[in-house]
Amino acid sequence: MNRRDFLRASIGGAAAALASSGASARPNLTPAPEAIGMLFDSTLCVGCKACVSACKAVNGLPPTLLGDDVQYDSARDLSHETYNVIKVYTNGKPVAKDSETDGFAFEKRSCMHCVDPGCVSVCPVTALLRHPLTGIVTYDKDACIGCRTCMTGCPYNVPQFDYDNPWGMLHKCQMCNQKGVERIDKGGMTGCAEACPTGATLFGSRTALLEEAKRRMQLRPGEIYNYPRGDVRQPSSHHEKAVPHYQHHVWGEKEAGGTNVMHISSIPFDKLGMPPLGERSHVSISEGVQHTLYSYMALPAVVLGGLTWLVKRNTDDEGDDV
Amino acid sequence: MSHYQPLGRRVVTLPFVFLGVIALIGLYFLAERFINGMGAVTNLNGGFPWGIWVVYDIVVGTALACGGYALAVTVYVFNKGKYHPLIRPALLASLLGYGLGGVGAIIDMGRWWQFYNLFLPWQMNFNSVMLEVGLCVSAYIVVLMIEFLPTVLEKFKAEALLKKLNKVLFVVIALGVLLPTMHQSSLGTMLIAMGWKVHPLWQTLHLQPLLAVLTAFTMGFSIVVFEGSLSSVGFRRKPETHLLSGLGRIIVGLIAVYLAIRFGEILVRGKLGLVFAGDLASLMFLIETALFVYPLVVLMSPRGRGNARSLLFAAVSMLLAGTLYRFNAFLITLDPGPGYSYFPALPEIMVTVGLVAIEIMVFLFVVKTFPVMPREDHAAAPNA
Amino acid sequence: MADNEFDFSAIETRLGVSRRTFLKFCTGVAASLGLGNNAAYAMAEAVADRKKRPPVIWLHGQECTGPTEALLRSEQPSLEHLILDLISLDYHQTLDAGAGHRVEEIKRHAMQEHKGKYLLVVEGAIPLAQNGIFCKIGGQTMTDATREAAEHAAAIVAYGSCASWGGVQSASPNPTGAVGAPQFLTDKTVVTIPGCPPNPANFIGTVLFFVTYGKLPPIDEKGRPKWAYGRLIHENCYRRPHFDAGRFATEFGDEGHRKGYCLYKLGCKGPETYNNCPSLEFNNVGGGVWPIGVGHPCFGCSEQGTGFHKALFSLSDVKTHTPPNTFPTIDAREGTSSATVATAAVAGVAVGAALGASAMAGRKLGNRDADQE
Repeated sequence: MNRRDFLRASIGGAAAALASSGASARPNLTPAPEAIGMLFDSTLCVGCKACVSACKAVNGLPPTLLGDDVQYDSARDLSHETYNVIKVYTNGKPVAKDSETDGFAFEKRSCMHCVDPGCVSVCPVTALLRHPLTGIVTYDKDACIGCRTCMTGCPYNVPQFDYDNPWGMLHKCQMCNQKGVERIDKGGMTGCAEACPTGATLFGSRTALLEEAKRRMQLRPGEIYNYPRGDVRQPSSHHEKAVPHYQHHVWGEKEAGGTNVMHISSIPFDKLGMPPLGERSHVSISEGVQHTLYSYMALPAVVLGGLTWLVKRNTDDEGDDV
Repeated sequence: MSHYQPLGRRVVTLPFVFLGVIALIGLYFLAERFINGMGAVTNLNGGFPWGIWVVYDIVVGTALACGGYALAVTVYVFNKGKYHPLIRPALLASLLGYGLGGVGAIIDMGRWWQFYNLFLPWQMNFNSVMLEVGLCVSAYIVVLMIEFLPTVLEKFKAEALLKKLNKVLFVVIALGVLLPTMHQSSLGTMLIAMGWKVHPLWQTLHLQPLLAVLTAFTMGFSIVVFEGSLSSVGFRRKPETHLLSGLGRIIVGLIAVYLAIRFGEILVRGKLGLVFAGDLASLMFLIETALFVYPLVVLMSPRGRGNARSLLFAAVSMLLAGTLYRFNAFLITLDPGPGYSYFPALPEIMVTVGLVAIEIMVFLFVVKTFPVMPREDHAAAPNA
Repeated sequence: MADNEFDFSAIETRLGVSRRTFLKFCTGVAASLGLGNNAAYAMAEAVADRKKRPPVIWLHGQECTGPTEALLRSEQPSLEHLILDLISLDYHQTLDAGAGHRVEEIKRHAMQEHKGKYLLVVEGAIPLAQNGIFCKIGGQTMTDATREAAEHAAAIVAYGSCASWGGVQSASPNPTGAVGAPQFLTDKTVVTIPGCPPNPANFIGTVLFFVTYGKLPPIDEKGRPKWAYGRLIHENCYRRPHFDAGRFATEFGDEGHRKGYCLYKLGCKGPETYNNCPSLEFNNVGGGVWPIGVGHPCFGCSEQGTGFHKALFSLSDVKTHTPPNTFPTIDAREGTSSATVATAAVAGVAVGAALGASAMAGRKLGNRDADQE
């Protein structure tokens, strides 16, 4: 190859490399127009686990047994048979509820139904999709190939593969709206929000829930507030309780684009197991890189053209084989 | 008169049988995987959905199989015809390596019976890096098979077909350069979506595709040196040091570029402190870097390049470097959050080792029965 | 065993119970107190010995006499006889046959005669506002009467929530300044048996312990005997599985209520109230006769700060999460693994084999080159 060809090839390569460094990165996705979600208020949660039971009942899931003799449903974390779990944060002598030191608090773990879902972005076969209106992240086992890229792309490690089943699939909360359950489509709410006796899990539109969360931040600690239960837009009942010292932050308002399932608490979120997320979702960056390189397959086509020309020219002299 | 010949020796040797036993053990556990599920054989869990079947068989395995890619660029893009004799063995190794990657992908797929969804346009998610990897690797395996077809046709003396094939081969070869560039870089891009779980020293974001393809390309040259050296020793042939040393020069250049970009990114993004943090990640980074620097230093001098032994050691070091780079990023320093841990289970390891054993067995068989190895006179002559 | 040592015939005559019934009673009380079999015999012996009966001075302050009435309603055979024969009830405003100044004099005389040996029982709250004028007996304020009686008492028992911490009259705004005996007698140890009314067995058991062993059973920082008040109602409630499984009654009479589900959503204060109601229940009439058992949420009658303080149907604090609630911690995971020595060894062998082959090849190549030079 002469110098000219070499330079041409190198510049082409350098251009591709530079182009991949962030040129046309897409921004975070925005919330769906009729986004539906939930608000979990850790300070209201008493650890009764009614939501864990309700989730298992609505979704037809078996209890998670700790051993052959232990009959209680004792899930330690999300799994192929647990879509919702209550975990406890403890510190020192855990005597005071919602105290960061020498205290304890409860945290709910389930699918966050992200605004810019990592699982949806990375799935090669559109088995995971974000519903265009409600923003609910759904799963279709008939499309799924079980590659588990969704598990790597989820910042919260939500999707769980059933490794013990040779015909297994991925499992996660689908807001009780999957085929055969369809609670929201039928005008109802999620099982966990319906069962919660204290309104710690509240159902509703993302906008209304975010409003409610921010309202609680504005209240003075000690002030008596009438907490709603059920659907924040049409509460089934209320109960009075003194407002606690909240962390002035609504988790899921902005993290990696935001989530439909938001959390508020009196304990800092990193201690409750929330991942270290900034406002930019990583999948928006990876999609940006992919699109820069492969949009309409333009760049590969051009490169292929160049390569074909080069290879033909180099093999013509020999008329040779491989 | 062909420049190549089958080695024509006995296929069933002691090493071959030994490999066969290992293969059988692996196949046994593989059967268990399909009967009882992955949980019975692996230690995969909610925080580590990808273990050695993905990271070694697919990510590392295909990088180790970049010999065909590296030589295709050298011989057909940069027109360095003297390396031509190295191509067929490299192609075979590539075909087998990518075959291992393909098999690894299928056995790791949780719902493998629905794999065809990957090829249905209405199911495809064009935002997905994994889609690109899947389609591109599948296409490249076909390309490799076509590129290897002349060897097969030669054995069965299908002259007419061979002639026709040679006329259109240039398109396939061009694809054989484009496709690995695409999917090897995408294997790096997959780390971006893994976000905060990837250790900052390996989370280079926009530079992931570049570093991935650069290391894969370099590993391609290194595997040619490795395979070439071991073949000449194992089959008692003359070493092709004069050819391999040329590749050594290329390796030096590539490693230099790689290290410049790698450390440049670390410095610019202020991550230098992490290199000396004294934890597992910093230790693995230093080992990995050392494995990159060693071949750079050794191969810089003509004496280092001209010596078959130092060539081999340098190549092995580079292969280990690229392997460790991938293992570190995807597995060893990956932190999905507190409470998660992963170390492959014994059956899991045996499946991978078994598949590699099969790969080697097939290599040995093909090389002895098909005209893959260059004739001794063809290869040894330095001015061919 | 030692039942030949004391004469049961006297007891049978005096108390009108058979030996067998009597021993059953003592065994039952001993069991409630968490004591062993030997305790039952010790108690039986103590009761049998007339000389061991301590004199009791029983004061009434602001109260409804509920605790005394509860005591009288005990259905154990001839229990009132047992009580009245267990102790020498020298002064009791409700039960005394006499009345007026004469009775007050008897009280003073008894306190003088048994100085340092009598048991003082306080029932009812002590109002402190305006020098205690809001409760006077025979012209003497409750504060004075209590102070006087407490001076030389061997032990002081506050019986009922009113005497334990103020009870209903201490509810906001507490115009009479009502407090319980411990808040008034700050320099004395006061055993409290809170409840509105408390289960009389809690009182009987504590008194029996005192009579048998001459000292009080272990008490907590509020003076409550730990054997009766050591656990939250939530910990022993038989509707607890419903709480744990999220089955709640939402309204009186709804399906959940009829099925006997947990009453937490109706404001049950069981999760923050210490008492043994789920175990002993009330009225000795058999299973299910206690507030939660009959379908009404507990209102925390024995708990200071809860009863008469928190709104009936407001949600209670859940004081503690106890077994069998196995809450996983934030970093608990399912199915994670760690390396075993065997696995690590095999992995090492595989890598070692590859490196070894390279090393061997390298050596041979090195020799080959040396030959060729």
